[in-house]
Amino acid sequence: MAKTPQKAPSKSKAPAKAAPKKVPAKSSSRAAVLKTPLYKASKSELMEFYEQMLLIRRFEEKAGQLYGLGLIGGFCHLYIGQEAVVTGLQSAIEPGKDSVITGYRDHGHMLACGIDPNIVMAELTGRASGISKGKGGSMHMFSVEHGFYGGHGIVGAQVSLGTGLAFGHKYKEDGGVCLAYFGDGASNQGQVYESFNMAELWKLPVIFVIENNQYAMGTSVNRSSSEDQLYRRGESFRIPGMQVDGMDVLAVRGAVEEALKYVRAGKGPVLMELKTYRYRGHSMSDPAKYRSRDEVQDVREKSDPIERLKAMLMKQGVKEEDLKALDKKVRKTVMEAADFAEESPEPEMSELYTDVLVEQY
Amino acid sequence: MAIELKMPALSPTMEEGTLAKWLVKEGDEVRSGDILAEIETDKATMEFEAVDEGVISKILIAEGTDNVAVGAVIAEMTGEDEEEGSAPEAKSEPAPEEKAEAAPPPEIAEEAPAAPISRADDPAVPEGTAMTTITVREALRDAMAEEMRKDDRVFVMGEEVAEYQGAYKVTQGLLDEFGGKRVIDTPITEHGFAGIGAGAAMGGLKPVVEFMTFNFAMQAIDHIINSAAKTNYMSGGQMRCPIVFRGPNGAASRVGAQHSQNYGPWYASVPGLIVIAPYDAADAKGLLKAAIQCPDPVVFLENELIYGRSFEIPDIDDYTLPIGKARIMREGADVTIVSYSIGVGLALEAADKLAEDGIDAEVIDLRTLRPLDKETVLNSLKKTNRLVVAEEGWPTCSIASEIVAVCMEQGFDDLDAPVVRVTNEDVPLPYAANLEKAALIDSDRIIAAAKKVCYR
Repeated sequence: MAKTPQKAPSKSKAPAKAAPKKVPAKSSSRAAVLKTPLYKASKSELMEFYEQMLLIRRFEEKAGQLYGLGLIGGFCHLYIGQEAVVTGLQSAIEPGKDSVITGYRDHGHMLACGIDPNIVMAELTGRASGISKGKGGSMHMFSVEHGFYGGHGIVGAQVSLGTGLAFGHKYKEDGGVCLAYFGDGASNQGQVYESFNMAELWKLPVIFVIENNQYAMGTSVNRSSSEDQLYRRGESFRIPGMQVDGMDVLAVRGAVEEALKYVRAGKGPVLMELKTYRYRGHSMSDPAKYRSRDEVQDVREKSDPIERLKAMLMKQGVKEEDLKALDKKVRKTVMEAADFAEESPEPEMSELYTDVLVEQY
Repeated sequence: MAIELKMPALSPTMEEGTLAKWLVKEGDEVRSGDILAEIETDKATMEFEAVDEGVISKILIAEGTDNVAVGAVIAEMTGEDEEEGSAPEAKSEPAPEEKAEAAPPPEIAEEAPAAPISRADDPAVPEGTAMTTITVREALRDAMAEEMRKDDRVFVMGEEVAEYQGAYKVTQGLLDEFGGKRVIDTPITEHGFAGIGAGAAMGGLKPVVEFMTFNFAMQAIDHIINSAAKTNYMSGGQMRCPIVFRGPNGAASRVGAQHSQNYGPWYASVPGLIVIAPYDAADAKGLLKAAIQCPDPVVFLENELIYGRSFEIPDIDDYTLPIGKARIMREGADVTIVSYSIGVGLALEAADKLAEDGIDAEVIDLRTLRPLDKETVLNSLKKTNRLVVAEEGWPTCSIASEIVAVCMEQGFDDLDAPVVRVTNEDVPLPYAANLEKAALIDSDRIIAAAKKVCYR
């Protein structure tokens, strides 16, 4: 069952069969998903995963609401539907040792890194108490303290930057691994392949995480990618790939443990493709007319990562009222974050000129 | 307490929209995620989803209504679990317009940073200090080697920097001394290694990224600007990117338009970057050392044509120069010639010839293009009342244009003549020897300009 990542090009002749090219995650991807071990979680771990995913979902719903009220400006990209990916991955790494970097759909990653929801929400509303003092916004948030290196607005840039973080881990010999998250859209950027090449050439400790949510803004994977089985995109660089059901937090956790074992052994990078789905538009201003409501509804009903885990918990004897209480607790956390974000003052005018440079010259 | 449903803003610019269609009616029970209504913006028809669960108690705006303002209450619902108070409170509704006005534009001060910055001076060179003659190429190499000896976070990466010993031999000997871990040959992949360098800097290292020439850095400019320059500001000062991007810049010799361009003005326009363009060996060494020590991202522009020129350099340990400070290369009373990089040599040549005609020119080497040492320029203008800018680069939106603006805004009363720009011709650099010569700045043109502002 446990299958370590395959060296695609040299050994296996025909890497996994091409999957049917239809969209969403579940039906199409199943056939091509490499058998990765399901993580055997304890009940308390399951509850942690559940709470983490719920926190991300409620936070994002609230962010969407605050956007609607005009409290959040600009672009706002919600993570709803993809919660299992970041929850499963982040649960496996070592805070303080490993590093994380992602693109602009970053709220969920920050919460999963353990960053205070209040200061994330306050950044979304552009307040002085926001994590970037209100100067970054939704897409540009960082916490070096938590090993979270952004929050980058240019599609694909985080892949090269993350490879650089991995370069740093190897250079400093600190044993760290970088998780570099990007989407199916970014996977078509040139610098991604420049980074793949150097990462494998120099055996850098990086896991390239493609969160394949099926749509690069409005363009579906198979309309934009000549090889739509994205886990194979590392083959010509000899980077082993894994395809994982990104709607199942236990599959994600199981897979990343295998990937981490490989990378921590000094063998170089791994490419993970997590098949997932975003329920909302690309950003708040995307009406998502490129897919049917039925398609979204179908994923929500059949593959929702939170509902899936909820069913599992109930099967294990967790009572519905306990889950309700948890939901209430999470809602309260999110409400408090929203209140904090609304009530915090805007940045002082003097902040306009600070932090342009570290030093004065 | 009823939950108010408000007209949502569905794009960064939306102020009002049409409530096209209600998909629920009064008395309907709704769950989080249900589509409540369709709303038309100027760009698209959007779905309006329920966030809270409850029962629609009242619809306040009928479907088909145009120009519904963002934030207007369009319906009310009763929540499932009132005490939670998950409803958006009325208090939380700022009219977007008001919000925008609440933050008045900052006063435009004459000088943006109000407090005058006390600036470091060049290190004093004591009488009797031995001088060594070295090339600019050697000075740059020595700067990197000295900093690498001092700080093991410093490493050099780029194309042909290690085994080949540098495409222009600037990194000669570094591989032998520091080994392959710290002197790294990259594939030909500017975008990728600029990003890797920037990421390594964010992670706490101090990379020196060599571009074989800055023409190729166009492939990487996104990381220089979007990743390196903006990080400190966007993170509210908590994430830094201490990196040096260096390599030859400007016209070389007979290599045609794609390999001959001065990017000084490009990078100097970007807040968050330090831009340095030295002329002689001492400045090359002292400023590259300063750049590597600097906690901010630095673009360090060298010039291929002066790599091989020899200059005297004081024999001082750890010779480091201040960033952001111009240098008076030659004192004079009649006219100021401001320049940088290779232009300084031409300006000095022009000054010598002007002296023969009885014109005493002062020559200023800017050395740092951002932040610009306006004070030294304006003090010189106060003395000579006439100014020429000599720049090996295009005239439009140039450093010369910037100096002209500074003189107009802050030195107008000191001007006895309009400031004149002497630059390359405003064309891509041609290959033919005669055309190339005609396109590039030379000392004769600087002399002519200096005479013009002196009305001679």
